Amino acid sequence: MTKAHVTDDGVQLVLAFNADQSHASRRRLAVADVVEAASLWRLCWTLAWLDIRLRYRGSMLGPLWLTLSTGLMVAAMGAIYSSILHIPARDYVPYLALSLVLWNFLSVLVTDSCHCYTLAEGMIRTVRMPYSLYAARIVLRNVFVLAHNIVVVIAVDLVLWRWPGPVAVLALPAIVLWLADALAVAILLGALCARFRDIPPIATSVLQMAFMVSAVIFRPELLGEQQWLLAFNPFFTVLDVLRAPLMGEVPRWDSYVSAVCFSAVLCLAAWTLFVRARGRIAFWV
Amino acid sequence: MAASIALSGVSIDFPLYHGNARSLKKRLVASVSGRMGADAKHRVVVKAVRDVSFSLASGDRLGLVGRNGAGKTTLLRALAGIYEPVAGSLRVVGSINALLDPNLGMNLDLTGRENIILRGQYNRLDRAAIRRLADDVAAFAELDDFLDLPVRVYSSGMLVRLGFGLATAIKPQVLLMDEWLLAGDSNFLDKARARLEDLVRGAEILVLSSHLPEVVRDWCTRVIWLDQGRVRADGPADAVLAEYLRAD
Repeated sequence: MTKAHVTDDGVQLVLAFNADQSHASRRRLAVADVVEAASLWRLCWTLAWLDIRLRYRGSMLGPLWLTLSTGLMVAAMGAIYSSILHIPARDYVPYLALSLVLWNFLSVLVTDSCHCYTLAEGMIRTVRMPYSLYAARIVLRNVFVLAHNIVVVIAVDLVLWRWPGPVAVLALPAIVLWLADALAVAILLGALCARFRDIPPIATSVLQMAFMVSAVIFRPELLGEQQWLLAFNPFFTVLDVLRAPLMGEVPRWDSYVSAVCFSAVLCLAAWTLFVRARGRIAFWV
Repeated sequence: MAASIALSGVSIDFPLYHGNARSLKKRLVASVSGRMGADAKHRVVVKAVRDVSFSLASGDRLGLVGRNGAGKTTLLRALAGIYEPVAGSLRVVGSINALLDPNLGMNLDLTGRENIILRGQYNRLDRAAIRRLADDVAAFAELDDFLDLPVRVYSSGMLVRLGFGLATAIKPQVLLMDEWLLAGDSNFLDKARARLEDLVRGAEILVLSSHLPEVVRDWCTRVIWLDQGRVRADGPADAVLAEYLRAD
């Protein structure tokens, strides 16, 4: 939509729009949107950081509340569930801490994504900003939160002195996968929820159910014969490809296949929707 | 590159969903039962702007007049790139500053300084330029210590001054302005007027929307009269305004 021509006195913009609804022109506009968002990364960073600062403004600990509440949660659940599941706390607590922190990222990301555009209504109506920037802001904000929570995982590992070892390198491709998925979720749910207002409650209940069945608080081996079912649960497989390397294990091969396939479908769906709906979001919010 | 604006046959429809076709349930029900499916396809839309064409070159000062709901603000938003037209084509060359409402997307929970930083980063200013921007705006708005307090605690006067100061601090080639900028207490207006005149003079193209004929006569050389989304008259300011006032 816009082409930036840099001149001596700053940035000049050309805003060109033609309402021929061909797919090619829509795709061009969507690509331009993403390119423009990338060039505004500093704004995105500030928006995400201010979101967190704002939430904890006036509180003494600030964002460290996140760390503290996650720590308490891990301690309480670790004590109870290690005896329910008959696993020594020494083995269970690191697993639980990592699972909860990652799941927390995932679930807050999904709920935030539902309001990606509807909560930014004021901004969308008064200044023109690339729509992918709103999605990137949500993702970045949750990465900041994750950075606060991961302290708990590190603390647990430190206390018990157990480290994942060289297998942890496998987490790197998984992180890339997670970031791509996170952006896709923010765009997909953001646009869908702007148009259909009853999706947020659906998303919340799906998440609750997924938390129970996706081997977040229990180890997948406990399922015994039924383990093969997990490969069909994208929540589990996406979680597994990142969690296992960080626990010092190699993820199951079926997790990889399933996570990659699911991510491909998710990203494709998000992109298709973005190309189609981008120009309409201003009318929906 | 000289600034220019060209619109041809631009139409903008506003879909009305308001709890009607908006819910997924209604959509699902509609797709199952044939009768409501036909209903869902005939979406209720407000034709806010219909078949508007005009072009502006560097030096033009355009006023948009018309009653409330004539499509003035919607057209401004389309020029700013916020609403994409459903028909026609639109081309705006030059840096744009759109002053559409007093809060300009300001977040009331953030401090004045943080809002200024966001604005600066939006305009791709570097750190030093943002500091200058903050100083400039704070001096104009007489915020002093309030600059680092949340905007929510500002008096309404301070809020208007901050919004105005921020809006007028970034000098664009194409200035799109809704009439709010010209409303305010008279004491403030004297001070604001010099700043605003500076901004308007600096801009190559001005598009001003207002339903106050005096304001438009002061600032504009050309006037477009919008009526129910259509161009009813387009020409020199005095002629169109005279016609507009007769009809009103």
